[in-house]
Amino acid sequence: MSNFISENTPNQPVYVDNDPQSDITTLNLGPTHPATHGVFQNVLQMDGERIISGISTIGYIHRAFEKIAEHRPFYQITTLTDRLNYCSSPINNMGWHMTVEKLLGIEMPKRVDYLRVIVMELSRITDHLICNGILGVDTGAFSGFLYLMEEREHIYEIFEEICGARLTTNIGRIGGFERDFNDIAFAKIEKFLEKFPPILKEFETLFNRNRIFIERTSGVGAVTPETALNYSWSGPILRATGVDYDVRVNEPYSSYQDFDFEIPVGTTGDVYDRFILRNEEMWQSLKIIEQAMEKIKKEPKGVFHADVPEFYLPPKEQVYNNMEALIYHFKIVMGEVETPKTEVYHAVEGGNGELGFYLVNDGGRTPYRLHFRRPSFINYQMYAPMSRGMLLSDAIINMSSLNVIAGELDA
Amino acid sequence: MGKIANQHIIDKLSTQFGEKILTPSEPFGLLTFETSVTIIADVLAFLKNDKELQFIYLTDITAVHYPEKTNALAVVYHIHSLIHNVRVRIKVFIPTSNPTIPSATTLWEGANWMERETFDFYGIQFIGHPNLVRILNVDDMTVFPMRKEFALEDPNRVDKKDFFFGR
Amino acid sequence: MSDINLVEAPAGVEGAGFFATSLEKVVGMARANSLWPLPFATSCCGIEFMATMGSHYDFSRFGAERPSFSPRQADLLMVMGTIAKKMAPVLRQVYIQMAEPRWVIAVGACASSGGIFDTYSVLQGIDEIIPVDVYVPGCPPRPEAIINGFNKIQDLVRSESLRRRESPEYSALLAKYGIQ
Repeated sequence: MSNFISENTPNQPVYVDNDPQSDITTLNLGPTHPATHGVFQNVLQMDGERIISGISTIGYIHRAFEKIAEHRPFYQITTLTDRLNYCSSPINNMGWHMTVEKLLGIEMPKRVDYLRVIVMELSRITDHLICNGILGVDTGAFSGFLYLMEEREHIYEIFEEICGARLTTNIGRIGGFERDFNDIAFAKIEKFLEKFPPILKEFETLFNRNRIFIERTSGVGAVTPETALNYSWSGPILRATGVDYDVRVNEPYSSYQDFDFEIPVGTTGDVYDRFILRNEEMWQSLKIIEQAMEKIKKEPKGVFHADVPEFYLPPKEQVYNNMEALIYHFKIVMGEVETPKTEVYHAVEGGNGELGFYLVNDGGRTPYRLHFRRPSFINYQMYAPMSRGMLLSDAIINMSSLNVIAGELDA
Repeated sequence: MGKIANQHIIDKLSTQFGEKILTPSEPFGLLTFETSVTIIADVLAFLKNDKELQFIYLTDITAVHYPEKTNALAVVYHIHSLIHNVRVRIKVFIPTSNPTIPSATTLWEGANWMERETFDFYGIQFIGHPNLVRILNVDDMTVFPMRKEFALEDPNRVDKKDFFFGR
Repeated sequence: MSDINLVEAPAGVEGAGFFATSLEKVVGMARANSLWPLPFATSCCGIEFMATMGSHYDFSRFGAERPSFSPRQADLLMVMGTIAKKMAPVLRQVYIQMAEPRWVIAVGACASSGGIFDTYSVLQGIDEIIPVDVYVPGCPPRPEAIINGFNKIQDLVRSESLRRRESPEYSALLAKYGIQ
């Protein structure tokens, strides 16, 4: 069991030159990770197996998203947001679209909101599947991961039916979706809702009361709620410490207030709590998807976008036949549409926490400034102070339970 | 607890700091105001430690570059009061010639990497930061890439000649 | 009777207790069907690779059962994902540490040419620093595409001459990248 020294741990690098006579070794937990977490580096000073101090260096996949976003029109930034948290790209896409819709003051029909909720909750499930599967792999249990990857394939099939892509989905448009969900998509979602719960149950029986897993993960990386809030944590790891902050409930977006779901909250904030919490969140996501499927049946059929011809591209047949559609198409693509010159901040609950978009608009075709408030980046800064005093194997599990996605870390 | 009104927050700030709280506005319901670099540390500490307001959660620190203004760099803080479910945006404009501002790491540990990222991209010096070095870009970079005068593409790339692309 | 495909034996003269063929063909066959990949997964293509290694698409049926994370023991360097300029020296070091014979496959648009990220911080294609054998386009490429790229590598491996790694053309190729 490890101790996490809380408030007074200085967030400073402690690094002395290597003296061959000293017992302290320097270990480079380098950018090329065996555990496929992503490219970030920790230079650790070790006394045998125990970590004395560590420095995190990141930026090995810095792709300058914010700079690119200043040169792309609004509808092209969706493809950039895909690649932030690439394990759950639809959430990023929807968050971006909602930010622009908030800026433009577009009101979405309920059916579009419910369809968005289905897509976002499915992608939340994919994110947690990867995180828990990889946590299993890091503790040495590989088979759970293989079962979960098969379930991810089923979700990929649903995404493919909706938008054509598996991983970096670029789902939706500003104003709704590009096409309605067809019957095959709904049938696949129904089948998923039927086939997935037994697999998740089996995964839980493999891990939840497994003596070795509990001994490995319980007590590792325990965090107090005050420390977590001080470090601006959010998402499942913050909820594991006991703070029930969930953006879906605090500031409901996309009609989340119409749904009945619970927010699981942990007690100690250690790795075992985070694992159980992510499993519970997957059950809650399934509940939300079932409710959404029921609610969609009561809404008027065929509505898949808001009625905003200034921002939503008209269908191509009308562009070739109808004068207004042609003009709207031209104005949207060339960026001649009037947009308010103001700034907006919108946050959604991503797989890792509060994913925020701060958009400063100057009325032109491209944003003046777009900043992504990335939860992995902000969550990860506590990792180096937190791993002080831990054994190396515990530090690895701690890192994988933080669910740091490299694309979101470096942006 | 219910939401407290934005006007109430502004009133409390004005009684404490008077003239220094400038241009309050509410774009999309989010209270936004400007303040000066001399009192920003006190404003943040007041908002965090006040028993009623309790803005204990730092959401984000970032910056925006407005080259046409005299004070061209704007440091933007987003803070959040979880008890009252209220957000506030604070902007501080500082000149490019002397881009210094007190660090928020004394109040929130989470400001550490946020300020490093802002320094990396805009060159803003946060006084009192324990380790203000570059975080995302390569360590030996000399310029600050998010400023408007820096180009997006790599200047040394030879195979994308402008001539072929009609630029 | 199972429907598992076995690898075909190369052309040769068969007799009672002996089989005569050329050494190149046997070595090529053995190498091609037991390539040990080094998954250098940086971003989204890495997740598609994890799906390829999973049980649905099953990468290991082509012989790549053991992904090695140590360059010294790997044959095939699979670069999957964007390589930023900060990461480029690391990639080069990993390539230099690999023992001959070694092959490189660039999976995805970012590894092939920089992808959608035409910025100051992204390396516009890994072939600026290391020699690449096969490029797999896509963003991310489907698992079938990654397997297709792997099959092309297998074709290259099967038909490679034994003397290639000592030949002057190969040394000239490496010298072009500054690798001894």
